[in-house]
Amino acid sequence: MVAAESTEALGRAIADPNSFLTNAWLIAFLPAMSALLTLFLGKRTPGKGSVYGIAAVGASLVLSLGVLWTFVGGERGFYEASMPWFQIGQLHLEVGVYVDGLTAVMVVVVTSISLCVHIYSLGYMKGDVRFTWFYTVLSLFTSAMLVVVLANNLFQLLVGWEVMGVCSYLLIGHWWEDHVNSSSAIKAFITTRVGDVPFMFGIFVLISITGFTTSNIPAISDVVSHGGASVALVSAAALLLFGGTIGKSAQFPLHVWLPDAMAGPTPVSALIHAATMVAAGVYLVGRLFFVFTDADPVVLQIVGVVGGITMLGAALMAFVQDDIKRVLAYSTISQLAYMVAGMSMGPAGRTGAFFHLFTHAFFKALLFLGSGVVIHAVHTNNMSEMGGLRSRMPITFWTFLIGSLALAGVPPLAGFWSKDELLVVANEGGHDVMFVVLLLTALLTAFYMTRAVLMTFFGEFRGHGEPHEGPRTMTGVLVALATVTVFVGLLGAPQLGAPFGTWVFFHEIEEALFVPWIAVASTLAALLGIAIGYRLYNTYRERDPIRSLGPAYTVLTNKYYLDDLYWKGIVRPVRDDLSARVYWNDRRIIDGVVNGAASFTKTLGNGVNWFDEKVIDGAVNGLANLAGFTGGLLRYIQSGNVQRYAVFLFAGVVVLAVIFTKI
Amino acid sequence: MIRLPLVLFLSAALFSTGVYGVLARRNAVLVLMSIELMLNAVNINLVAFGAALHDLTGQVFALFVITVAAAEVGIGLAIVILIYRNRATINVDEVNLLKW
Amino acid sequence: MTGAEIAFVVIGVAAVVGAFRVVTARNVVRAALYLVVTLSAVAGVYLLLAAEFVAWVQILIYVGAIVILFLFGLMLTKAPIGREALDNQRRGVAFLVALSVLGGLIYLIQGAFDWDAARIDPVEGSVAAVGSSIFSRFVLPFEVISFLLLAALIGAIVLSRKEDRP
Repeated sequence: MVAAESTEALGRAIADPNSFLTNAWLIAFLPAMSALLTLFLGKRTPGKGSVYGIAAVGASLVLSLGVLWTFVGGERGFYEASMPWFQIGQLHLEVGVYVDGLTAVMVVVVTSISLCVHIYSLGYMKGDVRFTWFYTVLSLFTSAMLVVVLANNLFQLLVGWEVMGVCSYLLIGHWWEDHVNSSSAIKAFITTRVGDVPFMFGIFVLISITGFTTSNIPAISDVVSHGGASVALVSAAALLLFGGTIGKSAQFPLHVWLPDAMAGPTPVSALIHAATMVAAGVYLVGRLFFVFTDADPVVLQIVGVVGGITMLGAALMAFVQDDIKRVLAYSTISQLAYMVAGMSMGPAGRTGAFFHLFTHAFFKALLFLGSGVVIHAVHTNNMSEMGGLRSRMPITFWTFLIGSLALAGVPPLAGFWSKDELLVVANEGGHDVMFVVLLLTALLTAFYMTRAVLMTFFGEFRGHGEPHEGPRTMTGVLVALATVTVFVGLLGAPQLGAPFGTWVFFHEIEEALFVPWIAVASTLAALLGIAIGYRLYNTYRERDPIRSLGPAYTVLTNKYYLDDLYWKGIVRPVRDDLSARVYWNDRRIIDGVVNGAASFTKTLGNGVNWFDEKVIDGAVNGLANLAGFTGGLLRYIQSGNVQRYAVFLFAGVVVLAVIFTKI
Repeated sequence: MIRLPLVLFLSAALFSTGVYGVLARRNAVLVLMSIELMLNAVNINLVAFGAALHDLTGQVFALFVITVAAAEVGIGLAIVILIYRNRATINVDEVNLLKW
Repeated sequence: MTGAEIAFVVIGVAAVVGAFRVVTARNVVRAALYLVVTLSAVAGVYLLLAAEFVAWVQILIYVGAIVILFLFGLMLTKAPIGREALDNQRRGVAFLVALSVLGGLIYLIQGAFDWDAARIDPVEGSVAAVGSSIFSRFVLPFEVISFLLLAALIGAIVLSRKEDRP
């Protein structure tokens, strides 16, 4: 591998990289290898192949912690290494790694959550019909996400991005025997695809800025920061790239796939649709932040608007869900919108957004895995059939509670610190509308999580059978994640120097501020949400109190009729009408032409055959008949009579004699 | 002092008579006899020219011809007898197995 | 017209008449006897041409052996008698062919020789000269002829043997 030169635009290169940095590529490589091993050897390995994935991701986690340790130790620069892949004309394509503080944080998040999910799935997917395949795709996904995070050039990022999309499709549709699951998988894939098209065009625009020579990110940053591209071009690139984020990170209007993706197994939901893949869209904006800052300011405003709408809309929809996983899904959409909104507020917001991504990964995964244990025990997703599980599943209850409080933003848990930071940035930057929206969403978040906790764990058990606590592989993971959730928020605490901000920064480290009144306001909002929730749901009522919202309730349950719009406006016309028309066209016209050509050739062949038979064979046979006929005539000479021959002989002699003497 | 053309005329006459006999006679033995006539005509020619040119070669070859004629007659008659044995006829018209 | 010539003409006529009767006789035995006449006349011609040895060999072999053979052949094959039995149907064609052969030959001879200039001056023939010529200059054909005779002899015996294998 060749180390690249430093580029001023993104900070300076690390002068003497340690072995964690130089071997950073292994972090993405090991899970890929384990995917292959699981695929080929999994069924024959004891434990059905889960050991390869766990070992590889575990090793990657260790390496990631090592990389993070480098930055914890005060390193501020970046490490880049790449090797050329191939070249088309002027365009050089490479495979490489780019490691800075952001990368370190991201790889730690991905590998740790992935490891938790790998271990958790030992219990959750036990006895599953496609256990080995599950682990194969899980490892492959982990590898793809790590490729995205470690990428130093846009093509490589795109490759990892798309592989993640495929793995998501495969895992959502893991139990494809049920048509609902396979439909959800297709919906997820196609919706993110709709976002991927502008994303790809954004990449092309950025490559064109370099004069079509490279897709290397530091190189592009170099060109952009030195004014090598017009503001309009950069703005266009930024908006196009954001399209990919809207798709992958489930923002309005392409958020519709995430709730349906809950059809997949819960560990998948935890890993892909909470902590990692959906965060990739946010990561994209953050990594290519220089494009957004150098674009027209309206781009960031658009980003903020999208984030704001999504935030509120999703939080409202979380109220009316009965399925516990859907509550968490809408919550995820809402929290992702937090991150997107954070990005829209500039470099300080970027740091805040990534910190929220960091903390959200842990407690959201915790919540999903906890709900998985509950679902595993009561065999239903619907909260109306749960209740009273607090005493039956204590570990799950307490970890879930910690996760919910973190999500609601109660100090000193993780969510409080990250949300608080975003509020501070909004206030400092003068984004007052955003401030209000953030605060309001925090209140709503606290409300619906309280609703969920109360409906699931309190009151009388409304379901069937005897639910019991999950196995140790599952509860152990829950405890680990809960522990992290408690302490990880402190990494962003200004009182402790906010170390996180020293790892993830844009051009220069932002000063972490602690504004007391904002902290109080956010805490109050959270407590208020919890109080309302407690009031409404403390005792279970058959008729959900939310229904008293009336028409608003109907709109929310129909998901703002957005899905219906897509279905009637896009899916049905394309799938049913357009396809049918194209099929008809293909059959009649194109096949008609082909068949016509075929029958013409056949006729031609028949004609040639006739010609061959009648004319050519006729000529040949005619010649043969002529020979036979002549022979038939000539044979009469053969009389068998010697004297007859002698007559001819002598007559011939006479004639010849006359001729020879005459001549 | 015999004029040479006279001798040759004789030879020619004998020869053509022999030709007629070969072509017209039915009995195989008669055909052989006609062949002898032809041979004799040739012999006369040989001897005549030998005498005209004062060269003994003519006579010598005439002797050879006579010898060959004798051999030929012997074989020919043997064949005729065989044909007679096989077919009870020596009518050459009836010996036509090579007929189409 | 010398005496030799007159003698020649007489003998010649005899030969031609004899030959004519050979090919037209209705009785095969008569045909054979007419053949004797012709052959003897030819021998006379040889004598006139001063080829004594050839003449005597002619009498010896032809008349003495070959005609006898013919008679034996005729006897053994029980030749039928009568015009229809002896002449075939292509008499006309054969006559024409023979006539054309004769015509052609006469024409050739006529054009080749000057009627008066070409004469035969018979010199004294000698048997000794013929003999020495055979055994010196023509010894190879003589040997070959011997083989031929031998082959003919054996062939004739083989051919006319009765098949007596069981």
